[in-house]
Amino acid sequence: MALFSNTAVLLGKELRTEFRSRELLTTTVVFILVVVVLFSFTFDPTSSESRRFGPGLLWLSFLFAASLMLQPCFLREQNNDTLSALRLSVSDPFAIFLAKLIANTVFLLLTEVLMLPIFAVLYNVHILPVLPQLVLVFLLGSLGVAIPGTAFSAISAQARMRELMLPLLLLPLLTPVLIASTEGTAGLLDPNPELRWAWLGFLAGFDVVFLTALWLFGEYLLEE
Amino acid sequence: MKSIIKAVVLFVLIASTAYIAFNYAPIEKSMGVIQKIFYIHIACAFSAFVAFGTCFYANVRYVFTRQPKADWLGVAAAEVGLTFILVVLISGPIWAHPVWGIWWTWDARLTLTFVLGLLYVSYLLLRSMIEEPDKRALFSALFGIFAFLDVPLVYFSIRWWRTQHPQPVILGGAGSGLEPRMRVAYLLMWGALTGLLILLLNARYKLEALRASVEELRREAEVQ
Amino acid sequence: MTAPAFSPTGISFKNIDKRYGGLYALRRVSLEIAPGECVVFAGRNGSGKTTLLRIAARLVGASAGEVKYQNAKGEDSTGAPIGFVAHATMVYDELTAEENLLLFAKLQGIAEPAARAEALLSEVGLLERRSSPVRTFSRGMRQRVAIARALLNQPSVLLFDEPATGLDPQGITWLAESIRQMRDAGRTILMSLHGESEISALATRAVRLDAGVVVADTKTGASLRSILTFAGA
Repeated sequence: MALFSNTAVLLGKELRTEFRSRELLTTTVVFILVVVVLFSFTFDPTSSESRRFGPGLLWLSFLFAASLMLQPCFLREQNNDTLSALRLSVSDPFAIFLAKLIANTVFLLLTEVLMLPIFAVLYNVHILPVLPQLVLVFLLGSLGVAIPGTAFSAISAQARMRELMLPLLLLPLLTPVLIASTEGTAGLLDPNPELRWAWLGFLAGFDVVFLTALWLFGEYLLEE
Repeated sequence: MKSIIKAVVLFVLIASTAYIAFNYAPIEKSMGVIQKIFYIHIACAFSAFVAFGTCFYANVRYVFTRQPKADWLGVAAAEVGLTFILVVLISGPIWAHPVWGIWWTWDARLTLTFVLGLLYVSYLLLRSMIEEPDKRALFSALFGIFAFLDVPLVYFSIRWWRTQHPQPVILGGAGSGLEPRMRVAYLLMWGALTGLLILLLNARYKLEALRASVEELRREAEVQ
Repeated sequence: MTAPAFSPTGISFKNIDKRYGGLYALRRVSLEIAPGECVVFAGRNGSGKTTLLRIAARLVGASAGEVKYQNAKGEDSTGAPIGFVAHATMVYDELTAEENLLLFAKLQGIAEPAARAEALLSEVGLLERRSSPVRTFSRGMRQRVAIARALLNQPSVLLFDEPATGLDPQGITWLAESIRQMRDAGRTILMSLHGESEISALATRAVRLDAGVVVADTKTGASLRSILTFAGA
């Protein structure tokens, strides 16, 4: 189907562009690292305190990092007006969003997974036994961040002060993702780790709602 | 002239409702006089949510019809709704402090109202950052739609989180076992504030229509 | 060049209005463009030329009126492939010339994209630089990539929005020659230009826009010269 092949082609372009320069990835990883380290100064990293605050702080730093990382998504399509070229070439404008949100999810997931060992050391938590489940929570949470984030990147590209606008638009909206992802992560870092399916289901629901909204309204987001 | 009459009628209605609330409705057993702020707090919350629904309706209408009227209604609803939310967020702590000894708690409804307020603020800020009227209307409408879809998700996530991390509830048992005289006071206040909502919406809408035509004239003048 | 694999297409603009807030960028523009015509649009900055071209490309929606594409028999031809060349190159600086063409070829569902990309690179004289990132190219070379991109899907209609901007004399000569070939092959061409040049000389028709309104058309008797030279810098 044209939508999927267009998405695949565009996804290839997004990934290739980023892996060539690695600008976004490196700056995002460093940013999360800085935030996580700074946060760790604010409390005593004994096991119980870390377990209480760690997951929330981790996700908070992911959200902040994401709201910066998602900036260039549509902004860079304004250089040379490549967005118009894409709009003229693809049969379904949703392919543009789908490719970008998948790419953004991949980038977010990569930075999160890279951060995990450092987080585990600084906050004294055991991640190895629950690593696959953690990745699942991170995946659903990152999708929750990337889907509205990609949409709002298109909106903030139209506004002044866009560097501040994107976090302002995105962060309040991501409250449910913050809560659900933190709960999911906390459950896995508990002394008796458990996968809190209710929260995962909630995250999946969140992802579906906003993906549908993006599908319905995406073409308007691309209007000039 | 007509609007002054309406305003006066409304003033009388609100004043008499306030009188009734204070003198007719009985003093609540456990909480005392401070409980009476309840009438304003709940009624304002209701109006805020009605405004929010109106904003969503206006946003969807704009995206599909592109009528400036829909945009005017949207911004009117957002500003008026934000005002009501501020009343809710101020009256909540005023009530909470004598009763619980704390100013704020992350009670589910209060938190939801707070996040809703943040979303309104983002909506209005976004509008101030886009100069071109058609773009401003379209992109703020699209943001408004996403924000509306988020609200039930925010509510559920906070509620589920609260059941796992219980905290004092600001308005325990609102509406449960309301004494008949209290019910009368409450209904009157609800009616009065809904009337206020409509009056304010109307005024703000007309103001926006006027502002839009001034902007149009100014742009035409600039071109010549 | 292989024999053109497109069908000649005409465009009709019917009562096009475009409003931004209260301002009219275009007002009741109605034009019939026959298949194969080469039309130059002249006018001051802000006269609506770019808006009209972008509406023709369906990048911008008209506030009122409609744009229709028809084939030579007058039948509706909505899916007709269009090529758009603007002042912006509309290609990715970080990708190579070849990667850019491959990307757009695949998106447009062109059969054998690699072969087509190579053929076009050769046609615009960039085969040697196929693996260089576009950001290393001069302005003239970037325009050539842009034209290659526009030609990927064998367009029946080509839209040029001030394509000669920033080109040196050799670049302009090359561009004029390319457009001449496209015109002679029977493609319908709309271009917006400032003043007279080798490129405007290729036009079979000229239209002048002023403040969003059609004020002169060679089809209704105005002279090509007057339309082009009247258009101020």
